[in-house]
Amino acid sequence: MTVSSSPPARTSASGVGRVLVVVYAILALAATGRSFYQIVSKFDEAPVAYSLSALAAVVYIVATVALVVPGEAWRRVAIATIGFELAGVLIVGVLSLVVPELFGHASVWSHFGSGYLFIPLVLPVLGLLWLTRRAPRGATGRSVAVEDVRSA
Amino acid sequence: MIDWLTTVQVAVAVAAGLLCLVLGLAGRKPSDLTLGATVVVELLLIVQLVVSIVSPAVGNTPTGDALEFGLYLGSAILLPIGAGFWALVDRSKWATVILGVADLAIAVMVYRMHQIWFVQGG
Repeated sequence: MTVSSSPPARTSASGVGRVLVVVYAILALAATGRSFYQIVSKFDEAPVAYSLSALAAVVYIVATVALVVPGEAWRRVAIATIGFELAGVLIVGVLSLVVPELFGHASVWSHFGSGYLFIPLVLPVLGLLWLTRRAPRGATGRSVAVEDVRSA
Repeated sequence: MIDWLTTVQVAVAVAAGLLCLVLGLAGRKPSDLTLGATVVVELLLIVQLVVSIVSPAVGNTPTGDALEFGLYLGSAILLPIGAGFWALVDRSKWATVILGVADLAIAVMVYRMHQIWFVQGG
C-alpha cells in the first residue's frame, strides 16, 4: 500500500481516476452540505425537491467510496450508484422544466445540474466511461486501477 | 463580508486553480509554487472567516442565511487541507491537477458565498 508499489505504467490511467474521485468527493460534500441546510431551515417549502437532494447526496457519498474501494463488488456498486445519478439528473432535469412547481426549487439535479456548472450531468458519463474502460483488467479479480487509487 | 476582498479572493482562486491545472496536465509534480498558490487561497479563506465573524458586529450583516454561508465557508476551508495532504502523499502530476480542481471549486463556493451575503432578498 505504498506509492512505490504501483508501477509507473499504470499511473496515467489510474491518475485520471484519482481526479474523478476528488471531483466526486467535492460534489458529495457540496450536495451533503446543501441538503443539510435545506432540510434544517426550509424543508416545508419543497419537501420533494429537498428529499431528493438528500438522496442525491447519499448516493454521491456511496459512489465516491465505491470508486476508491477495490474489488468487483464495489465496482458494481459504483456502476449502480453512478447510473442512478445519471438517471436522476436526466429525469429531475426534465421534470424541473416540465413541472417546476414540484421540482423548481434548487436541488443538485434541477435543470440538469445547472447550479453546479452541469457537473452532475457530465460526471456520471465520465465515471461510467472510466469504469467500463478498466473493466477488462478488473474482471480477473481485484481491480488494478482501483488498487492504484487506494494505494496513492 | 467585504465586496472587493471577495472579488480579489475569487480572482486569486481562479488564477491558482488554472495554474495548478495547466502545470498538472503538463506533467509537473506538486511544487512550492502550486502548493504555495493553494496555501494563499486557504489563507484568504481564513481571512474571510475572520471578516465574516467580525462584520455583523459592525453592522455588516448577511442578506442571506448565515447558516448556509457558514456551511459553504466551512466546506471551502476543508478543501485545500484535503487536497494539500493529497499532494504531500501522492507525488504525481495528478495531485497538482487535484490542487487545481480544489482551487476552482473554492472559487465557485466563494462566488456563492458572495451571493448569499449580498444578493439574497431577505
